[in-house]
Amino acid sequence: MMTIAVKFDAVSRHFGVVRAVDAVDLEIAEGEFFAMLGPSGSGKTTCLRLIAGFEQPTSGSISIFGERAEGVPPYRRNVNTVFQDYALFPHLTVLDNVAYGLMVRGIDRSARHKAAEDALSMVKLPGYGERKPSQLSGGQRQRVALARALVNKPRVLLLDEPLGALDLKLREQMQEELKTLQKSLGITFIFVTHDQGEALSMADRVAVFNDGKIVQAGSPADVYGKPRTKFVADFVGSSNVLTPDLTERVSGQRRWSSLRPEQVTLGLSGEKGLLEARMVAAHYLGSTTRIVTEAGGQRIAGVVQAGQSVPDAGTAVHLAFDKSALHFLEDQP
Amino acid sequence: MSAVLDSGDQGVTGRLADRLWSQPRLLLASLLTLPLGWLIIVYIGSLVALLWQSFYSIDEMSGLVVPEFTLKTYGELFTPSNLDIILRTLLMSAAVTVACAILAFPIAYFAARYAKGKWKALFYLGVMMPLWSSYLVKVYAWKLILAKEGIVTWIFAKLHLTFLLDALLAIPVIGGNSLSVSYIGTFLVFVYVWIPFMILPVQASLERVPGNLIEASADLGANSGQTFRNVIFPLALPGIVAGSIFTFSLTMGDYIIPQIIGSSRLFIGQAVYAQQGTAGNIPLAAALTVVPVVIMGIYLTVAKRMGAFDAL
Repeated sequence: MMTIAVKFDAVSRHFGVVRAVDAVDLEIAEGEFFAMLGPSGSGKTTCLRLIAGFEQPTSGSISIFGERAEGVPPYRRNVNTVFQDYALFPHLTVLDNVAYGLMVRGIDRSARHKAAEDALSMVKLPGYGERKPSQLSGGQRQRVALARALVNKPRVLLLDEPLGALDLKLREQMQEELKTLQKSLGITFIFVTHDQGEALSMADRVAVFNDGKIVQAGSPADVYGKPRTKFVADFVGSSNVLTPDLTERVSGQRRWSSLRPEQVTLGLSGEKGLLEARMVAAHYLGSTTRIVTEAGGQRIAGVVQAGQSVPDAGTAVHLAFDKSALHFLEDQP
Repeated sequence: MSAVLDSGDQGVTGRLADRLWSQPRLLLASLLTLPLGWLIIVYIGSLVALLWQSFYSIDEMSGLVVPEFTLKTYGELFTPSNLDIILRTLLMSAAVTVACAILAFPIAYFAARYAKGKWKALFYLGVMMPLWSSYLVKVYAWKLILAKEGIVTWIFAKLHLTFLLDALLAIPVIGGNSLSVSYIGTFLVFVYVWIPFMILPVQASLERVPGNLIEASADLGANSGQTFRNVIFPLALPGIVAGSIFTFSLTMGDYIIPQIIGSSRLFIGQAVYAQQGTAGNIPLAAALTVVPVVIMGIYLTVAKRMGAFDAL
């Protein structure tokens, strides 16, 4: 039977009149790589801080591995955090930073330094122990923060936008490594990000946050392919959201719908599934060209393969897509 | 077509600005000459003159300064009475510094971590306001407060705690007839007068400790005490050391507070004042002045060895 690592039961966290987290229900299974995705101020970081114990819920209950967590201070939770800006102790060496959790537990010097060395090897920084955090690059600090959390063998690892400060190449590499590490350790990873690509590529399950609530939770394929609301469709993969008017013109049903840009291309008049539009702009991306068009007073993005000619702005075009690609949303028309 | 480069006549200030722009060293030199000149001649110069005179000695018969290099004056520092003065000043400075640090830390911590908006303004006002009034007025006010007929005695009497005050004053050496004529009184006034100089640097150093380091420490399993010992204190240490430089050296050099409040026994500052004034023994006064300089040098070296500045 699946063990539940973290469970939220109608959890709210209000700061004055601001409802940072508003009646959130959530279940995260043991060993799961779970992503909390949402724009800034959507409540995802507050949820993470509730699990870590830095915040206490205004109402509702949180349990971690079946134990009630309200009122339990952060230092009595077997949960560790990788902070957004790493929060490495500037006055300690890398080795002492990593060994910190073991030091405060009273583990003797040689044993904790040995464990810290092992953790540094695990994150591919062997022999960096004598340096100070200020002598490391951003990517290296990130790894030290990871080693410092993992050396305590937490049941749940929380990651607060850990890759946000890294450049693109390093970020992709770290995504791979985090994923591999999580699989080999079997620890529950809970990951906060505003980058939908990161959430989709790494997580087993994604929860999309907006205004302190979870709008949709499910597998990356579900969230991406079957968004429930306009917000999810737009935020996860910047999908085209079609108004009820436009949807009616295309499908005959008067509802909100979403259409992935990669499903939309330019077609010839006379083909089926066509929508008349006008070119607005084209962005050359190398292997493809992203086009922006206007139809029925609404912007619709599409993709044109390399080699295909791209009409000038203002030209009348026909947008081609498979009608089954149209996904109906739950929002009321 | 309008010109891209404005190369016409710029006037005198324009030409001067261009000249300084093209020669940054000239700009730097013109900015630094005056303050550096002041520093070297007036500040360092007088210090060198002082050091120089401390190697002279006084002729005991005539009472005149003998301008010949000798270590005789420094030898006089080690006579029992002078050693007493040095030791007394050193202990008082250390006690005042420790007390200031202990009292200042919670205030500075509150100001740095919790005070916002008007509370912060109130904090700065509270710390700075005593510095705006005359030092002498404050010291004489304290003499009245601590006097046998003063408010402290009265409060202890009203609370039926006179026996406590008496017990305190009965302590040998640091006690006395009343607080205003005991070392305890001198100590209290020193702490009062110098504590802003400890609060401000400690507050500045605590303000630079990011809040997420404290969260990270708790996250890694440290309780409040462990977080204080392992994170907050080491990171605040440069501020405490900076503050202690003020409180320590100000106490060592002061000659007014121990003269107004306390026993009649001398501190270094009073001894310097007496030697260079009525006694006319400039060399000994100079040598006595070198003592705090040397002590501060030793103190800073030890602090640096112990890693007090590592977090800077």
